[in-house]
Amino acid sequence: MNLKLIVNIAQSLLRARWRQTLVAAVGVTFGITMFIALLSFMSGLNDLLDGLVVNRTPHIRLYNDIRPRQYQPVTLWPAYQNSYPVISSLKSGNIRQEIYNSGPIIRALQQNKQVMGVAPTITAQVFFNDGTVDINGVINGINVAAETRLFHFDDYIVAGKASNLNTVPNSIILGKALAEKLVANVGDIVQITTSTGAIFQLKVVGFFQSGLQDFDKAQSYASINTTQKILGKSSLYITDIRVKLYDINQAPALAKSFARIYGVDAEDIQTANSQFETGSFVRSLISYAVGITLLIVAGFGIYNILNMMIYEKMDTIAILKATGFAGRDVKAVFLVIAIAIGLFGGITGLISGFGLSVVINHIPFHTAALPTVKTYPINYNPLFYFIGISFSLITTYLAGWLPARKASKIDPVIIIRGK
Amino acid sequence: MENTILAAVNIVKYFYDPVKVKVLNGVNFSIHRGDFVSIVGKSGCGKSSLLYVLSTMDTDYEGDVLIDGISMQQKKEPYLAKIRNEKIGFVFQFHYLLNEFTVLKNVMLPGLKLHKYSEKEVEARAYDKLKTLGIADLALKNAARLSGGEKQRVAIARALINDPDIIMGDEPTGNLDKKNSELVFDIFKQLSHELNQTMLIVTHDPDFAAKTNRIIRMEDGKIVNEEKNLVG
Ligand SMILES: Nc1ncnc2c1ncn2[C@@H]1O[C@H](COP(=O)(O)OP(=O)(O)O)[C@@H](O)[C@H]1O
Ligand SMILES: [Mg+2]
Repeated sequence: MNLKLIVNIAQSLLRARWRQTLVAAVGVTFGITMFIALLSFMSGLNDLLDGLVVNRTPHIRLYNDIRPRQYQPVTLWPAYQNSYPVISSLKSGNIRQEIYNSGPIIRALQQNKQVMGVAPTITAQVFFNDGTVDINGVINGINVAAETRLFHFDDYIVAGKASNLNTVPNSIILGKALAEKLVANVGDIVQITTSTGAIFQLKVVGFFQSGLQDFDKAQSYASINTTQKILGKSSLYITDIRVKLYDINQAPALAKSFARIYGVDAEDIQTANSQFETGSFVRSLISYAVGITLLIVAGFGIYNILNMMIYEKMDTIAILKATGFAGRDVKAVFLVIAIAIGLFGGITGLISGFGLSVVINHIPFHTAALPTVKTYPINYNPLFYFIGISFSLITTYLAGWLPARKASKIDPVIIIRGK
Repeated sequence: MENTILAAVNIVKYFYDPVKVKVLNGVNFSIHRGDFVSIVGKSGCGKSSLLYVLSTMDTDYEGDVLIDGISMQQKKEPYLAKIRNEKIGFVFQFHYLLNEFTVLKNVMLPGLKLHKYSEKEVEARAYDKLKTLGIADLALKNAARLSGGEKQRVAIARALINDPDIIMGDEPTGNLDKKNSELVFDIFKQLSHELNQTMLIVTHDPDFAAKTNRIIRMEDGKIVNEEKNLVG
C-alpha cells in the first residue's frame, strides 16, 4: 500500500470538508483539555491532601506499646505445662514506654541502605495551665533538624522559627489552635503541669499549623532535651523512633523485620493511614471516568463526521475503486482521516490542557487549614499527557474504524449505476 | 492467429430485486488487441450490466471473464482492483471526476496507485495524455469547474494513464451535445488509429456505433447480431 498516496487523498478529502472536520477535532480537543486539566488538578489535590498526612507521618514508627505481657508466670510453671490457663482481670504490667538501647538502634537504622533518615521523638502528656483551667495537651520532643529534613516541619511553622527550639532554652512551639485557646503570643511564657505534678514554664517561640484542626488544638513541640527535662528522664530516654524510607512501599515488610530485630513494636504508614489511599484512588478514578466519557463523546462526533463524509463522498469512493483502489486502500484513507483528526485534536488538547492547568494553578486558594498553599495545586505529570494523546488516538481510531469499513465495502457498481 | 485480450464466456447474470430477472443470458464474445468495438441495443437490454461484469467491478455472475487469458472468477477483491488499475481504463456516462482534486491530479491518481513510475514521471505522463486530448491548458484547474465535454476528455486521459490493455466506456457520449459527442468520438478514433488502443464502448447512438470496427447488438441479455465494419 502506498502510504504517501493514501495520506495525500485523505488530505484532499479533509480540505474539502475542513469545517466539519474542525468541529470534530474541536470535540477531541475539548475532551483532552478537560481530561488533562481535571487529572492534573485532581492529582494535585491528592498530593496536597496526602501530603497533609504523608509528609508528617513516618513510614515506620518504632515504639513500645502498652499491653499485658505475652508470657505470664503461670505459663512457666512446670505443672501447668500442658494446660490452658485462664487468667481474669489481666492488667498491663510495667512495660516501659522507653525504647531500650535507642542509641544503637538509631545508629543501625542510619546505616541501613533503605532508610532515608531517622528521627527520635518523645511524647509527654501535659496540662497547659490557663488561669484556673487546665487544657489537655501533648508535647512532642523532637530533633528539629531531622524533623525538618524528613517531615517538612518548617513548612507548618506559621509564626516564629523552628530552629529557635534549639537555641532558646525551655522553649515550645504551640499548635495555632492551642495558642488561641491559651491566648498566647510568640515570646509569652506558658505554664504546664506534667502527669507527675511537676510544673514548668516554657517560652513560646512559634506556632505551627498542620491543617488538621483537632491536631493543632492539642499538639506542641519542644526539643528532645527540654522534653526529657520535663519528664525527669535521662538523656537516653526515647519513646518513638520515626523512620523515613526511600521507598514507601517497602514499609510493611521492613516494619515487620525491624520489630523482630529490635524487639519493639513497629507500625507502617500503610496500616496507619489506609483510608487516605482509598480517597486518592477514588478521586483518580472519578477524573479518569469523566475524562474518558468526554473522549467517548468526542469519538461519537468523529464517527458522525466520518459517516457524513462517506455519504457525501460515495462518488469519490466509487471512482477510486473503479480506477483500481482496493477496499483496503479506501479503508486506510478514512482511518488516516480519523487519526489525523485525533492527532490534531489531541495535540491541541494537550496544549490547551496544559494552559488550563497553568491558569488553575494561578487561581488564589487560601485556607486556614493549609498555610503553605497559596493557589490551587496542579500536578504536571507527563504521564497524563501521554495517556491523553494515547486515548485520543485510540478513540478516534475506533470511531473511524466502522465508517472506514463501511466505505471499503461500498459497491462502485451501485453508485455508478445510480446516477 | 489473433491475440485475444478480453473474452466473455457464457456470462449469465440475475437481478433479484424486486423479482428474479435474468438480465444476461449466456453472453459469449471475444475482443482482440487493437479492436474498436461497440455494443448497441435498446435501453434496458443489459449493456451496462455486461460492461460492469467485464470490468471486474461486478463479481456476482455465472460464466467467466478472461482478461489477457486469465480467469477473473473466484479472484479476491484486491487482485481485481489491481487488474482494473493496470489493464482497464474506464469512461463513464457521467464524467465522475474527483472534485477535490485538480484535473492533473485526477489523471495522475490511477498512475500513482499503480506505482510503476515515480511521481514526477506520472505527472509528465499525465501532461502528455492531456496534451494528446488537447486540454493540457486545463491541467491545474479544479475538476469541478470544467464543462461536460472537457470533463469527459479528462476522464479519457485518466483512463489512458496506465497504458491499459483495454478501454471500456458506458455511453461516454450519452450526456454530451452533438458537438462534444463528435469531439469525443474523434478522440476515440484517434486512439484507435494512432495508438492501436483496444476499446469496447457501449452506446445507443447509432452514428457512433456506425463508425466503429465492429458492432455487437444485444437484445434481452443476449447477443443477437455482430457486424464487422470496415469504415473505421
Ligand atoms: N440493481 C438492479 N436491480 C434490479 N434490476 C436492475 C438493477 N440494475 C439494472 N436492473 C435492470 O436490469 C436491466 C438491464 O439494465 P442495464 O444493464 O442498465 O441496461 P442498459 O444499460 O442496456 O440500459 C434493466 O431492466 C434494469 O431495469
Ligand atoms: Mg446503461
